[in-house]
Amino acid sequence: MPKLISGAEIVFKALEDQKVEYIFGYPGGAVLPIYDELKNHKSIKHILARHEQGAGHAAEGYARSSGKPGVLLVTSGPGATNAVTALTDAYMDSIPLVCISGQVPTHLIGTDAFQECDTTGITRPCTKHNWLVKDVNDLSRVLHLAFEVATSGRPGPVLVDIPKDIQFKKGKYKFIKNSLKKKLNGKVTYKTSNNELDKFIDLIKKSKRPIFYTGGGVINSGPEASNHLRELVSLTGFPITSTLQGLGAYPGDDPQFLGMLGMHGTYEANNAMHDCDLMINIGARFDDRITGKVDEFSPGSKKIHVDIDPSSIGKNIKVDLAIVSDVSELLKSLIKRFKEKNKNFLNSNKQKTSKWWEQIDKWREKKSLNFVNSNKIIKPQHAVQRLYELTKDQDTFITTEVGQHQMWAAQHYKFNKPNRWMTSGGLGTMGYGLPAAIGVQIANPGKLVVDIAGEASVLMTMQEMSTAVQYRLPIKIFILNNEYMGMVRQWQELLHEKNYSESYTAALPDFVKLAESYGCVGIRAKTPDELDEKIKEMIDVQKPVIFDCVVDKSENCFPMIPSGKPHNQMILGPEEDEEISDEGKILV
Amino acid sequence: MPKSKSAYSVPGKIGKTERHIIVVWVDNEAGVLARVVGLFSGRGYNIESLAVAEVDKKKHISRITIVTEGTPQVIEQINLQLKKLVPVHKVADFKRGEKDILFRELALFKMLANTQKQEKIKKICKKFNPVVLDKTKKSFVIQVTALRAEIDKLALDLKRFGLISTSRTGAVAMTKGAKIFN
Repeated sequence: MPKLISGAEIVFKALEDQKVEYIFGYPGGAVLPIYDELKNHKSIKHILARHEQGAGHAAEGYARSSGKPGVLLVTSGPGATNAVTALTDAYMDSIPLVCISGQVPTHLIGTDAFQECDTTGITRPCTKHNWLVKDVNDLSRVLHLAFEVATSGRPGPVLVDIPKDIQFKKGKYKFIKNSLKKKLNGKVTYKTSNNELDKFIDLIKKSKRPIFYTGGGVINSGPEASNHLRELVSLTGFPITSTLQGLGAYPGDDPQFLGMLGMHGTYEANNAMHDCDLMINIGARFDDRITGKVDEFSPGSKKIHVDIDPSSIGKNIKVDLAIVSDVSELLKSLIKRFKEKNKNFLNSNKQKTSKWWEQIDKWREKKSLNFVNSNKIIKPQHAVQRLYELTKDQDTFITTEVGQHQMWAAQHYKFNKPNRWMTSGGLGTMGYGLPAAIGVQIANPGKLVVDIAGEASVLMTMQEMSTAVQYRLPIKIFILNNEYMGMVRQWQELLHEKNYSESYTAALPDFVKLAESYGCVGIRAKTPDELDEKIKEMIDVQKPVIFDCVVDKSENCFPMIPSGKPHNQMILGPEEDEEISDEGKILV
Repeated sequence: MPKSKSAYSVPGKIGKTERHIIVVWVDNEAGVLARVVGLFSGRGYNIESLAVAEVDKKKHISRITIVTEGTPQVIEQINLQLKKLVPVHKVADFKRGEKDILFRELALFKMLANTQKQEKIKKICKKFNPVVLDKTKKSFVIQVTALRAEIDKLALDLKRFGLISTSRTGAVAMTKGAKIFN
């Protein structure tokens, strides 16, 4: 008979068997037995956040930059509710998280006990699955199942709620591998038939105006998927565009790459999406930031959609060829079959797509990411470009908050590798970037980690600077400070007659002094002349840095598909400002 | 200029809606019904009726029958989303009116009626397998099993005979012949 151990010890046994190295968390009454057990498990290091949301985003940053699931430990009640934003964020962006929460003792559940909340009820719609463990002998099975659900199929967050008495109770521990025999995501295997592959290849061969449209699914499928994608794109010679989440899967400086698509995507990417005759969607989900009005989205194209989640296919856009598969697996078999049958495809196809490339080059000539630079005031785009130029020679990890700075980062920072770009895309969580950078730095010691931030977003989770200092994590918080919630201000300018309602922050802290009070380094850049030197200073400091980059207050993020306009009618710059229709105004 | 569209999704043309009966086999565990109905409410799908009970005591499998309405695209999403839930074993989907499927609902009616009236009421209910469950001089409770529309009509007809309380189940479904749901 196996030895009986406490629920708290079972938790750590399971984490050890899952090869967990770091947990991000915050203690409290209902998880104290688990925290008490921490000292006996040296292979697991706990990172103490300053708020459970921060712990959650840090776990997300850890997961996205390492490919391993992030683990989160919080207490009952407010601990759990504070984690909800991070769980929802991970759910929207398909990030594997395992959240362990304490709960009041089982006999008090339902009595409105101190720090009690219906955690599994609250987190049901923002997790792939959750469990309330009422029997200590269920605990090891549930924990291993939790890891399996979080990491298999389309990844996502899960939560295991453990009442305090269960943490004390003695039970059996068993490591059950692959306890989840039943299918996940509604499909057992992801083997694509040759028939499907041939249809895929046939569409590729027939196409004159093709485009690859790739997304976060490529990143989630692992680094191999990015390699396969690069091979396929080079085999076909087709242009490729990427969603916000997919950046880095394909080199950002490659001539076949058209830049990001969507609302603030490039002119060439959006026009190519609109006018193509073949759209090959790999691991993206036809999100509303991409499609606009679905009835008129890319009207003349055949569409292929590869996704691991069957419910993503046909949800927003009907497609001609649907393939439920892991990206890496699919690309591997597709390339193999493609090579067997089409040895000289690239040469024979060049002529067929030459007109298309000519058209794309014409769109490119618009240089839609251009902006009017200044030698008096720092333009935010310029700041991102300089940051890129000064960091591109080392392996740099970028996180962001949400807003204008996020779009400028996506537009002007060129990623060459997957897992180097961590941004909250689906949920759009302001305050994501700083704690995420902490998780990224934990997973990648010695690497340069920069949070490209806005001053409004970063204040939402600023307390986590204290975490960065405690664990000596030299993250760089690069704030594009325009004193406004920039994206809100931009929409108000374009849609609400410049009524800047509540989007100006009148009492900002002095970020340099704030940095000093946290015990890290504060740097301020006010003019373009000093920018490079200050950025270099930031990179060289071996401590956490808050960089206050004072930028143009009125700069808007272009290009942009304004509300109520079609994909092929982007606003390229301020001089092209047009009135937005009344119909457009209600669409925000 | 072409008609405006937007990077924010605007409502497209709404297709014709269909009524479907969706049968879901789930592990009978705490919160499983909340997961299923939460999926419907969270994603804005309709539930017209719902019937649920454990059908396998040994394996703890419950069978949930949901009547819903939506465009073919929405119905497909409902199926795919349900299949993603961890405790869901299988999902079957039928269009209302399909020939080889049986549907039944059960209703209880409480009537204020004297013995004479009671006979009349029984006659009205004749087609729907009436069973008298309780009887006094002034009142009685009658059980019928029928299709939803038939029970709707019956309830309307019984109003003038002293109907004071109605209790109804959701629809349950089964295939005809030897075939079973897969």
